[in-house]
Amino acid sequence: MENLGYLFAAYTIIWAVVFGYVLFMHRKQKKLQQQIDLLRESVDEWKTMDDK
Amino acid sequence: MNGKHSLRNNILLGLGFALMVAALYMVFIYVPTDKYTGIVQRIFYFHVPVAWVSFLAFFITFVFSILYLWKREVKWDAIACTSAEIGVVFTTLVLITGPIWAKPVWGVWWTWDARLTTSLVLWLIYVAYLLVRNFATEPARGARFSAVIGIVGFIDVPIVFLTVNLWRTQHPTAIIFEGGLTTPMLITLLVCIAAFTVLYVLLTIQGANLKSMETDVNRLRNTQAE
Repeated sequence: MENLGYLFAAYTIIWAVVFGYVLFMHRKQKKLQQQIDLLRESVDEWKTMDDK
Repeated sequence: MNGKHSLRNNILLGLGFALMVAALYMVFIYVPTDKYTGIVQRIFYFHVPVAWVSFLAFFITFVFSILYLWKREVKWDAIACTSAEIGVVFTTLVLITGPIWAKPVWGVWWTWDARLTTSLVLWLIYVAYLLVRNFATEPARGARFSAVIGIVGFIDVPIVFLTVNLWRTQHPTAIIFEGGLTTPMLITLLVCIAAFTVLYVLLTIQGANLKSMETDVNRLRNTQAE
């Protein structure tokens, strides 16, 4: 079981980086969804103003 | 996203999960320990698929960069850019896991060997690709410039692959093509490659959708500002 630490480090880093990247994508999606919601609200406001 | 795409993604997600569980089982339980380098050789089963994904990612960037420059359609740029981003992430992993394997086997973390140096150059090329996009004053200009880097930079991929045959390097040769692996080792490696390929496809689909969404949001905001 010599060098077990190296094996553990390699696999931990691979999973940490992959999960980190998935998390980064998830946050980006959340941020874009918020921006879309804001734009939708603006469009609704314009529509209301136009109707008046 | 429509129902057909959602079903496709769920199938890919299930397949990817099953393959990854199988890959981990095979790496840690099924495959025998290498008699020369010991337990640390098991790094190879993820190091090689990660390198394969980075090559595949840069190839996809190359193809879709050509398509973007030819057709000027944003969807091709979204795929090229996402693939380059994934390629950089996976090349980073190659550059980290390689030295972790090298330290106990070679006695050093890093050496300016042809394979290692060209891999580092490859990473730098695609980091430049991403930086050009981020620093461009106009998104379309950034997409054009980065597409050129995506095409020209791909020249380094076959160079990285062939270094072990062209020069005398410390890096092991491509034993998968030379029959240097026992059957359990080869099966384990192929399952790991399949698992990482599915992961790459999933990440590319998700990332390209996000890029398209981002482009739409920016366009709508500009319209709103006008």
